Amino acid sequence: SGNVRNYASGVQKVTLIPGDGIGPEISAAVQKIFQVAKVPIEWESVDVTPVRNPDGRFGIPQAAIDSVNRNKVGLKGPLMTPIGKGHRSLNLALRKEFDLYANVRPCRSLEGYKTLYDDVDVVTIRENTEGEYSGIEHEIVEGVVQSIKLITQEASARVAEYAFQYAKDNHRSKVTVVHKANIMRMSDGLFLRCCRETADKYPEIKFEEKYLDTVCLNMVQDPRQYDVLVMPNLYGDILSDMCAGLVGGLGLTPSGNIGLGGALFESVHGTAPDIAGKDLANPTALLLSAVMMLRHMEMKDKAESIQKACFETIKDAKYLTGDLGGKAKCSEFTNAICERLA
Amino acid sequence: AIPKIPKAQYGGRHTVTMLPGGGIGSELMNYVREIFRYAGVPVDFEVLDIDPNSESNDDWDNAITSIKRNGVAIKGNIETKSEQIGIISRNVALRNELGLYVNVLHCKSYPGVRCHHKDVDLVVVRQNTEGEYAMLEHESVSGVVESLKIITVEASERLARFAFNYARTNGRKKVTTIHKANIMKLSDGCFLETSRRIAKEFPDIKHDDMIIDNTCMQLVARPAQFDVLLTTNLYGSITSNVICGLIGGAGLYSGRNYGDHYAVFEPGTRNTGTSIAGKNICNPFAMLNASVDMLNHLGHTQHAQAIEAAIYDTIVVDKIHTADLGGTASTTDCIQNVLKHLAEKHVS
Ligand SMILES: Nc1ncnc2c1ncn2[C@@H]1O[C@H](COP(=O)(O)OP(=O)(O)OP(=O)(O)O)[C@@H](O)[C@H]1O
Ligand SMILES: Nc1ncnc2c1ncn2[C@@H]1O[C@H](COP(=O)(O)OP(=O)(O)OP(=O)(O)O)[C@@H](O)[C@H]1O
Ligand SMILES: [Mg+2]
Ligand SMILES: [Mg+2]
Repeated sequence: SGNVRNYASGVQKVTLIPGDGIGPEISAAVQKIFQVAKVPIEWESVDVTPVRNPDGRFGIPQAAIDSVNRNKVGLKGPLMTPIGKGHRSLNLALRKEFDLYANVRPCRSLEGYKTLYDDVDVVTIRENTEGEYSGIEHEIVEGVVQSIKLITQEASARVAEYAFQYAKDNHRSKVTVVHKANIMRMSDGLFLRCCRETADKYPEIKFEEKYLDTVCLNMVQDPRQYDVLVMPNLYGDILSDMCAGLVGGLGLTPSGNIGLGGALFESVHGTAPDIAGKDLANPTALLLSAVMMLRHMEMKDKAESIQKACFETIKDAKYLTGDLGGKAKCSEFTNAICERLA
Repeated sequence: AIPKIPKAQYGGRHTVTMLPGGGIGSELMNYVREIFRYAGVPVDFEVLDIDPNSESNDDWDNAITSIKRNGVAIKGNIETKSEQIGIISRNVALRNELGLYVNVLHCKSYPGVRCHHKDVDLVVVRQNTEGEYAMLEHESVSGVVESLKIITVEASERLARFAFNYARTNGRKKVTTIHKANIMKLSDGCFLETSRRIAKEFPDIKHDDMIIDNTCMQLVARPAQFDVLLTTNLYGSITSNVICGLIGGAGLYSGRNYGDHYAVFEPGTRNTGTSIAGKNICNPFAMLNASVDMLNHLGHTQHAQAIEAAIYDTIVVDKIHTADLGGTASTTDCIQNVLKHLAEKHVS
């Protein structure tokens, strides 16, 4: 991974965007766990509350942008999306700023947390910059609206490349491209072709092509048949949320945004204003995102031990937060993980 | 809103177009015919095969002419092998040509079927002729493709009205519009706003809405929170497949396509089943249920009820399940059992 600086030597700096609502609490939990695990990174905490830039528009503070550009890696808690017109979502702004072209979401059933599905272990990789989210829409004549889905060779090829490289790096055996080229022959056809071409370069990874609807059908019947899935923007949005649903919702699923200007790891859940500031939040999603970040930084041992401590604490079920049916506080759950790491 | 039943011919018989399609289509259609013959159903089929490899449109034109004449068809999934630009999916072309603007899928759990959720009873009302399936695409410059999604007020309004009317006449309480208007503000926004406007005409039916990604997450966790889902074309395909997957898969549920003049019946998730064709292992009930829908539409309700009951007893009471449901029965085991029930009820 050429965009990542060499982490082999010394302490690395990582940008931390604690976020809003429960963000600061779960960020503090992650920091504490990393400290106990003696992870050789230094957090650079930044605020991304929009400020008025010299051009008069509201945007991310320059200091935050500089920090990510310097460090190339960041961890981010949930951000409140300002309500009202004219406000661009901050998440979108960050995605644009750092060219975060691939969204990676591993979904895995957790031992000890019972859901309807106990055999899920899939990774969705979503193209993150174009497709149905191009934002190009207009009313052609009154009552007829057209929305443009944009698929480019460049964006499709780089996300396909990322998916296969991810599969290889993480010892995954199969990549499934999810498409609808039977209907959208040219656009999804292009995406599909890019995946086929990339697949040729990775003969050790099995490659499979599936229709979006067939994946929806089969995923909820038997998720074991899938491994790594790569797809255009909208399909990825939908399937990643669906897979999160299979393993108990957004509170447990981590996510990573891989970009040209850096990589940003984040919990996918919201700010949970109802429980913010009460020491009730579950830090698992953000912690597992931080674990993904460590893998990305090639600190595999630290990643492994922290993940193990987290999974074992959940399996042990003595200190579970409310969302998992327990009574523990965020800090008690965090301490239980720390004890396993000490 | 449902097209008028075509007038029966002399002796109360109807002629219906049958398009077996590819994969498991032809074997399933044979069973439909066998059961209809056995039960003395007064329906004659005009069977038309469409060669998926042919670049010519002759087969297809004949099929359309036949459906326009008969008003009603039952079909399997038609494959379109040609990769030639400009040749569009024949399934989509058929729906467009016949103006079949709505697809209705009623998913009701069969007790005792191996699946992840019990007691599901949902209806998907899906836009069937525009949206993401507009198939207007072009390569602006090399390596850059644009695909247009078209949403019209007219089609959205007609669909919404269908959904609310359906809810009212079928004792349903709530319609949920499924969209992604937070991202596609104009197109999905139009779909959503139109449904909100039509909802006001139906104060007795509750209306709310949900974005498609959250819908899928909610469906796999708590499907019971939904009642009627009102969706654009693509979201309809997604939600139908998720729901069918949750309660038994592709082999059980049927889908109905309606326009102002024609009605076409088919398996709900529209699969070809290429890999399981010709092996006597596919689940026949989705297609049999499509034939029941067709009989209901034609007003042959007694035959419809008899076959529906035989299907239900085979699945729920006798537990004759094919491999996709975790059973060991063959397709013909299922059919024999349906025939046995029909014989007991003296319908034949
Ligand atoms: N990490 C977490 N730990 C515990 N509960 C959570 C967590 N994340 C979400 N929840 C629960 O799920 C509910 C919905 O989640 P979410 O955070 O998306 O709320 P929201 O109101 O949509 O916030 P936002 O507007 O920021 O998206 C919350 O109200 C909260 O009770
Ligand atoms: N009637 C049926 N009985 C049992 N299984 C079925 C039936 N119809 C579809 N399936 C299964 O559902 C899945 C999807 O169907 P299908 O094979 O049609 O896939 P597809 O994506 O449409 O591909 P293709 O067009 O190549 O057949 C497959 O696993 C198939 O075996
Ligand atoms: Mg989403
Ligand atoms: Mg939220």
